[in-house]
Amino acid sequence: MTLQTLLALAAALFGIGVYGALSQQSIVMIMMGLELMLNGAILAAVSFWARTAGGAPQGQLLAIVVMTVMAVEAAAGFALLVNVYRIRRADITEKLKTLRG
Amino acid sequence: MTGALADGLFWVMAAGAVITGWRVFRTDSMVRAAYWLMASFVAVAVILILLAAEFLGLVLVLMMAGEMTIMAVFMVMFMMNPAGLNPMTMVHQHRTAIAAGVIAFVGLAGVGAFARFPSAPPPAATHVTADVGHELLGGSMFIFETAGVTLLATMIGSLAVASRRGRFGPADEGSVEPGPPAAAPAAVPESEHAGHAGMERPDGMVP
Repeated sequence: MTLQTLLALAAALFGIGVYGALSQQSIVMIMMGLELMLNGAILAAVSFWARTAGGAPQGQLLAIVVMTVMAVEAAAGFALLVNVYRIRRADITEKLKTLRG
Repeated sequence: MTGALADGLFWVMAAGAVITGWRVFRTDSMVRAAYWLMASFVAVAVILILLAAEFLGLVLVLMMAGEMTIMAVFMVMFMMNPAGLNPMTMVHQHRTAIAAGVIAFVGLAGVGAFARFPSAPPPAATHVTADVGHELLGGSMFIFETAGVTLLATMIGSLAVASRRGRFGPADEGSVEPGPPAAAPAAVPESEHAGHAGMERPDGMVP
């Protein structure tokens, strides 16, 4: 469990999340990609705390902030999904082309 | 936990986190996708506990268990194929997405592999959870409170966005600001309209 392997694992989770967020059509699946990216971010933050911070507890607060971001992302995403589905009957991004240039 | 056992568990969980994260986008059933993502989070939480961040690991599991259940319910509510009865690949710009994912992985892992970081693991006698608790309600209370207020604002904003009753009428019909009614072109009969072609309307607009 060196810092390098932990960061490589976090980067792998982030890369899979980038793939999912860019490739999926369903809005909920895009949110899953974002969650996977934040999962990697939490792992990287805690890895830095566990290997370079010398036990200072402030390092874990960054992970708590990222968890807050995850909750905010989920709540805002679901609210937008409900609204978009109600008005446009759209559950995939291909149906939302009004603003497409 | 002894070093060899912890290392073995780490590698199992690391492989599990990546494989389950990959399965999220490869399964036909969207409900299963939500639970694959949950499995990935649980694997990462075990790694956090192995790194002595027990509090964060358990909070991650508790939070994600709730969130993924909500996500599965949303899948059933909104998706045309929640149970995975039909094979399904709902992707666009597939090659670009794969390239972006690989570039993100190589770039970030390269930074982790080649940058020089200080090595300062926590001392063996650290009481991690107690320290985090004292920090959250002590020196870093402002961060904690900011997170709380952010979540409160998110709750209010999400309810406002998702509510059916909009400020200017039902949200289903789209919101229309109150004010003087716009000039309705349909009110002008077609014959009269044709006879006065070119005549200006009272509001100065050429019809």
